[in-house]
Amino acid sequence: MANQIKVDCVGENCPVPLVETRKAIRKAEEGDIITVTGDHSASKKEIPMAVDSMGLELLSVEDKNDHWEIKIKV
Amino acid sequence: MEDKATLIIESGDYDKLYSAFIIGNGALSMGMDVSMYFTFWGLERLKKGQLDKGPLSKMNFLGLGKLYMKWKMKKANVRPLEDMLQDYVELGGKIFACDMTIDIMGINKEELRDEVITEYCAVGTYIKEARDSEITLYI
Repeated sequence: MANQIKVDCVGENCPVPLVETRKAIRKAEEGDIITVTGDHSASKKEIPMAVDSMGLELLSVEDKNDHWEIKIKV
Repeated sequence: MEDKATLIIESGDYDKLYSAFIIGNGALSMGMDVSMYFTFWGLERLKKGQLDKGPLSKMNFLGLGKLYMKWKMKKANVRPLEDMLQDYVELGGKIFACDMTIDIMGINKEELRDEVITEYCAVGTYIKEARDSEITLYI
C-alpha cells in the first residue's frame, strides 16, 4: 500500500524546499506519493529537475492561490 | 566520472560558508554525492561553537555588516548555518578535515566537532575524490 507523504515548505527559502523534498524521497518507499507545497518560485522549477535527475516520476506541478503544489511518485 | 561534487572550503567567512552549504545541500538534493574538504580558515569553523562565527567577506565593518546581514537573512527566513550543516549530514554529505591545518594552526582534535567529520585526511584523498567529480569548487 503506497503512502501519501506531505512536505510543507510554504514560507521557506532556498535551498530548503529542495532539501526537504530530498529528505522525504530518502525516507519514502517505492510507490509512495510525495506532495510538496511551497511559495519559493525557483524551487517550483528546480524540484522537477531534481526529480528528473533521480529518475523518479513527476506526477503534477500546479499553481494554487498563493502557492504551488508538486506531486512526485517514488 | 561520477555524479559527484567536491568542494574545498578554505575560507572561514560567514557568507562563504553559506555558499558552501547551499551548493552542497543543493547537489545532495539533486541526487549527487558531495564531499567537502575543510582547510585553513575553513577548518576553524568546524571547532565547537564556531560554525557561524566568521566575519562577512566584504563590508563586515567590525561585525556591524554581519549583524545587518543576519537581520536580513532572518527576515528572508534563510535557514541558520547550523541547520544547513545538519541537513548536509542527514543527506549523506561527507566532511573531510585537513590534517596539516590541524598541525600548522595549532588546533587540538578535541576542539573539533568530531561527530560531523567523516575523516581526517591530506591532499591525496582530495585529489582521489576530485578527479572523478563532475563539479569541483574552491571556496
